[in-house]
Amino acid sequence: MEASKVIHAIYTDDDVLMSAVKKVKAERYHIEEIYTPFPVHGLDRAMGLAPTRIAITAFIYGLIGLAVATVMMNYIMIEDWPQDIGGKPSFSYLENLPAFVPIMFELTVFFSAHLMVLTFYLRSKIWPFKEAENPDPRTTDDHFLMEIAVDGNQEALETLLAGTGAVEVNLVDKAH
Amino acid sequence: MYTFSNKLKTFSFILMILGALGVGYGFMTSHKSFEEVEHLLAEESHHGGGHGEAVAHHAAPSHEAHGEAAHGETVHAEDAHAKHVTHVQHQIANRPWSALYVAAFFFFMIALGVLAFYAIQIASQAGWSPVLFRVMEAITAYMLPGAIIVLIIAVASGTIGHYNIFIWMDPDVVAHDALIQGKAGWLNIGGFAIRGLIFIAGWAIYRHFARKFSIAQDNAEPGDISYFKKSFRIAAGFLVFFIYTESMMSWDWIMSVDPHWFSTLFGWYVFASMFVSGITVIALMSIFLKSKGYLAFVNENHLHDIAKFMFGISIFWTYLWFSQFMLIWYSNIPEEVTYFITRINDYKLPFFGMVVLNFVFPLLMLMNANYKRMNWFVVMTGVVILVGHYIDIFNMIMPATVGDRWFIGIPEIGSVLLFGGLFIFVVFMSLSKASLLAKGYPLMKESEDFHY
Repeated sequence: MEASKVIHAIYTDDDVLMSAVKKVKAERYHIEEIYTPFPVHGLDRAMGLAPTRIAITAFIYGLIGLAVATVMMNYIMIEDWPQDIGGKPSFSYLENLPAFVPIMFELTVFFSAHLMVLTFYLRSKIWPFKEAENPDPRTTDDHFLMEIAVDGNQEALETLLAGTGAVEVNLVDKAH
Repeated sequence: MYTFSNKLKTFSFILMILGALGVGYGFMTSHKSFEEVEHLLAEESHHGGGHGEAVAHHAAPSHEAHGEAAHGETVHAEDAHAKHVTHVQHQIANRPWSALYVAAFFFFMIALGVLAFYAIQIASQAGWSPVLFRVMEAITAYMLPGAIIVLIIAVASGTIGHYNIFIWMDPDVVAHDALIQGKAGWLNIGGFAIRGLIFIAGWAIYRHFARKFSIAQDNAEPGDISYFKKSFRIAAGFLVFFIYTESMMSWDWIMSVDPHWFSTLFGWYVFASMFVSGITVIALMSIFLKSKGYLAFVNENHLHDIAKFMFGISIFWTYLWFSQFMLIWYSNIPEEVTYFITRINDYKLPFFGMVVLNFVFPLLMLMNANYKRMNWFVVMTGVVILVGHYIDIFNMIMPATVGDRWFIGIPEIGSVLLFGGLFIFVVFMSLSKASLLAKGYPLMKESEDFHY
């Protein structure tokens, strides 16, 4: 891929960042990425990011966990070897259901939680030995960085960003 | 300021009158003579009803026990028959009393649940809920009359009535029952009444002062938050008092209908039921008042929070219901498990149906964040939760008093209408007495700007 140019605007305050995002969006520029040291409340909405669907996946994973627990215990306790253990009614799953509920609950939570976390890692592309994608190490401490693609509008964009309270505006060559 | 519309006032009066008629009808049709009940039973066994078998069952043990005295057999069979008929006669007579008691307790517990919720909001200095304080205060206005009505019905059932709710009030039963005799130190009608009055007095005093300080804070000088501090202190004190008395109240007013049975987490279980019903009523009232344009400062963020409480406490209720059921089912100790056996045999649909209404339905309906912000969704779920918790109280009282002679008919519906009408009247009357926004509360600005 050819090298393209981006502008990095650096801010030192999240309130300034928020108003800058609103101004840049109002001027219809496309914000490629924003790097912040901590979650900035409302930033996703200001950027116009689509809401996450991770809760929906968690619900589905929970249902899978519930099904696994039910099928497993029905097979083991009722179908494969229905023993009389302390007088518990192993005639059908429903008759002995209360004894299975703790496990059904825990496996639902287990599947829901763990698979959701794995989904998060996969979708966010996070894993051990993953190379950090940080354009400026200061953004992990106390600086906020907004990255905007440049296509022939460099000067207008730089003036706009300087007017939003950016402490630094840098033109960066970025190899995609 | 809220004005209690004449339409709503008339509506509440209509409910009360219809309810009173239903209750009256229930009492008038429940006094059956021995012969009438005998006739009824004979007819039922003709129709192949389960009662013919029950007679045989009843007769069988006395047969065996006295088998040696051959000449006595027929006499004993007749004895058992007479006993069975009197038993059923008593159950039929209990029905309107129990129906009245269940409905009275249901509406009272809503008000008490809201009072606890209100105290928690103040003690925890919640920043989202102060806009709803006046709604909560209005609902708690029903606590005092509601609690007194419950106590009066309970005591009256043992004095005017024929021990129609609590069999331990019957000296005849106690004389032949060693277990109840052993509990007579706690279960006696004088102690019951005095304890009840102490509970009610404590709750009513808190409610009185909480309301007083809340209104006084409205009129206080700007910057003077002494009433806020006072209401904070009494809320913390009340919560300590409440959790003890609520637990004892649940032993007295509910658990003692089955004086042979006991459960340690029963107080919590009743609490969860009253808490979730109370929160649901706050949500329904807020939505109603907002739709009438009275609560401009309440938005869907507040609704979202209260719906989260409905969701969470519904699950908490289920957790306690299941813990109580599963522990007893698992160990299957005869003296404890009879409680659930009678419920599962005679109340299968209400017993398991309420788990669907109180757990499965709210779980699926209120899980989605967007649904919690939609009025009609919260209203629909709220109505289901309230029906479910009425059935919960029904399941606690009825099996002990009417046994398998239960039905949700005119006496039950009439009682619900009667106390429902009274509830609406008292609550909206109280609502019209103060501004709907507790202006002076220090966290009010935060609450008005609350956004989730």
